[in-house]
Amino acid sequence: MTIAELPAGLTLIAAGLAAPLVPRAWRGALLLAAPLAAFAQLLALPAAAHVAVEAFGVTLQLVRADKLSLAFGYIFVIAAFLNALYGWHVRDGAEQPAAMVYAGAAVAAVFAGDLLTLFVFWELTAVASAVVVWAQGSKRAYGAGLRYLVIQLASGMLLAAGAVLRYAETGSLAFDLVGLGTPAGALLLLAFGIKCAFPLLHNWLQDAYPEASATGTVVLSAFTTKLGIYALARGFAGTEMLIWIGTLMTAFPIFYAVIENDLRRVLAYSVNNQLGFMVVGIGLGTDLGVNGAVAHAFADILFKALLFMSMGAVLLRTGTVKGTDLGGLYKSMPWTAGFCIVGAASISAFPLFSGFVTKSMIMFSAAQQGYAWEWLVLLFASAGVFHHAGIKIPFFAFFAHDAGIRCKEAPGHMLAAMALAALLCIGIGTFPAALYALLPRAVDYTPYTASHVLSQLQLLVFSALAFSVLMRTGIYPPEKRSVNLDFDWTYRRVGARLAAGAATALAMFNAAAGAGLRAGVRRAGGWLQAVHGADGVLARTWSTGGMALWVALMLAGYLLVVYL
Amino acid sequence: MNADDKRYWLDDPRNVTTVYRGLWAFGIALLLLDFVVHRHAEADFDGVFGFYGVYGFVACVALVLAAKLLRRGVMRPEDYYDDR
Repeated sequence: MTIAELPAGLTLIAAGLAAPLVPRAWRGALLLAAPLAAFAQLLALPAAAHVAVEAFGVTLQLVRADKLSLAFGYIFVIAAFLNALYGWHVRDGAEQPAAMVYAGAAVAAVFAGDLLTLFVFWELTAVASAVVVWAQGSKRAYGAGLRYLVIQLASGMLLAAGAVLRYAETGSLAFDLVGLGTPAGALLLLAFGIKCAFPLLHNWLQDAYPEASATGTVVLSAFTTKLGIYALARGFAGTEMLIWIGTLMTAFPIFYAVIENDLRRVLAYSVNNQLGFMVVGIGLGTDLGVNGAVAHAFADILFKALLFMSMGAVLLRTGTVKGTDLGGLYKSMPWTAGFCIVGAASISAFPLFSGFVTKSMIMFSAAQQGYAWEWLVLLFASAGVFHHAGIKIPFFAFFAHDAGIRCKEAPGHMLAAMALAALLCIGIGTFPAALYALLPRAVDYTPYTASHVLSQLQLLVFSALAFSVLMRTGIYPPEKRSVNLDFDWTYRRVGARLAAGAATALAMFNAAAGAGLRAGVRRAGGWLQAVHGADGVLARTWSTGGMALWVALMLAGYLLVVYL
Repeated sequence: MNADDKRYWLDDPRNVTTVYRGLWAFGIALLLLDFVVHRHAEADFDGVFGFYGVYGFVACVALVLAAKLLRRGVMRPEDYYDDR
C-alpha cells in the first residue's frame, strides 16, 4: 500500500485530530493544507483502486474507487477546503477540528467498499457533526445537538442491523446494489433515508442545522445529507418507491420555507427540497436520472454552502439572521449580497448557473419515463425553490425595507471562500462538460437548447413576478417572530410530555413501593427477631434425640426424592 | 449620521417601480419568444403557448396562499419550546 492508496479521508481525520495539538498560529494553515493534500491523493488514486485489509475474520475494503465514489470524494474535499477557508478566524474550541474529522469521515465513507467500513465512518460523521453543533455553545444548540445525535445514531444502528442481515442473506458484506426485496434492504433504506431526510425522518435537519454557529452550519450543510444520497445511489438506484418519496420531499418543505423567519432555517428547508430532486433521480434509476442525482448533489454542496456562508457572514456581522430584523444590508455588505445572489441564481437553476445544468437532467428523465404528475410537482417545486431560496433569502436579508443596520463587510477570508464557491457555481453552469465527465454513467444530455433556456427563464421570471405582485399588494405574509410546528413537535412536545408524565408516574410508583418496602422490611425484621432472637425458636438448645429424629427425617426425604 | 447614510438608487420608490415594470416587460418578451423558438416539449402538455410562464405564476401564488393557511395551524410563539 502506497501513501497515495491510503484512504484520503484518513488524511483529513488525522489533520482534524492533530489541529488542537499544534500551536494556535498554525491551526488555520494545517486545516487549509489537509484538504489540498487529500485532493492530491484523490488525483493520484489509480483508476479502480482497491485497498483491502483483513480484520475480525472478514475482508474490509477500505478503498473502492469508482466514478461514483470519486465524484463524491472530490466534492467533499472541495467542501472541506471551503469550510477551512471560511472558518479561518475560528482558532479555538472544538468546532474546526471536529469539522475536519467530520469531512474526513464522510470522504472515507464514500470510498468504503463494504458495509462494516461504511458503518464505522457513518457513525464517525454522526459524532463529529454533533460536536460541530454543540460548539456553538448555547443551551438551544446543546438540546438540538442532542436530538440530532440520537437520530443520527439511530440511523447508524439501522445500518449495522441491515449489514448483519445482509451478511446472513448473502454471506458478503460488500456494498453494492442492495434493492428493496429483503429485510436487510428495508433496514438499509431506512438508515439511508434518515440521512437523506425522507419525509417524517427529516426534522433533525431543520432542527439542528440553524442552531450551529455561523461557520458550523456551512460545514453541516455539505456532508451528512449528501453521504445519504451517495449511499442511496449506490444501494437503491432504480427503486421505484424513491420516485414518490423524492417528489414529496421536493414539495412539502417549501411551504414551511415561505413562512419561516430564521433565514438559515429557510435554507435548511430548501436543503430538504433539493435532496428530493436527487432522490427522484436515484429512484428513476436511468443513466440520466442517476447522473442527474450525482451532478445535482455536487452542485448543491457548492451553492448551498455559498448561501449558508452568506447568511453566516450576516450572522457574524449583525448578530441575527431573522427576516424580521434584517433588510437593506446590501448597503453595508455589497460583496456578500452579490455572492448570495449567485448562490440564489444557482439553486434556482438560472441559465449559466450550476442548478440549470444538473437539476434539469432529473426532470428531463422523469418526463421521458412518463412520470407526468411527478414532473408537474417537480416543476412546482422548482418555481417554489426560486421563490423561497432564490428570492426570499437575498430579498429579506439584503433588500426589502432598510432595517437601519450599518455594519462592516464580511472579513476577507469569508469573502474569498464565497468567491471561490461562486466561481465554481458559475463554472459548472457555464462549462457543464467538466462536471459531466465526472459522472458515474455515460452522459448523453445537452442542457443548453433554446427551448430549455426559454422554458426555464419563463418559469423563473413569472415566479418572480408572482412574488412582486404579492409583495406590492400586501398579500405576501409578513415575516413574523415565530416557531412553526413541524414533525419534531411529536418528540419535542408530545414525546417530552409523555416522558415527563412517565417520569412522574414512576416517581409516584417509587414512593408507594418504597413505603410498602419499608413496612415489609420492618415486618421481616420483627419476624427474624422472633425466630432467631435470644428467645427465638431457632436459638434454643436442642436435645440430641431431637436432632437424630430430624436427621432421620431428612434422610428419609432424600430417599423419597431419589426413588421417585 | 455617517457617510453610509447616503441615498441609494433603490431607496427611491419610483426606481423600484421601474424595476418592477421592467420585469413585466421582460416576462412578456419571453412569452412572445414562444412564437419564434422551436419547442422540444418534455412532457405532453408543456408545448402549449405560455405554459411555463402561467405555471410559474400560478404555482407561486398558490404556494404563498397555501403557506398562509399553513401558518394558522402551525405558528407558535418564538419561545414555544423554551418554556418547560
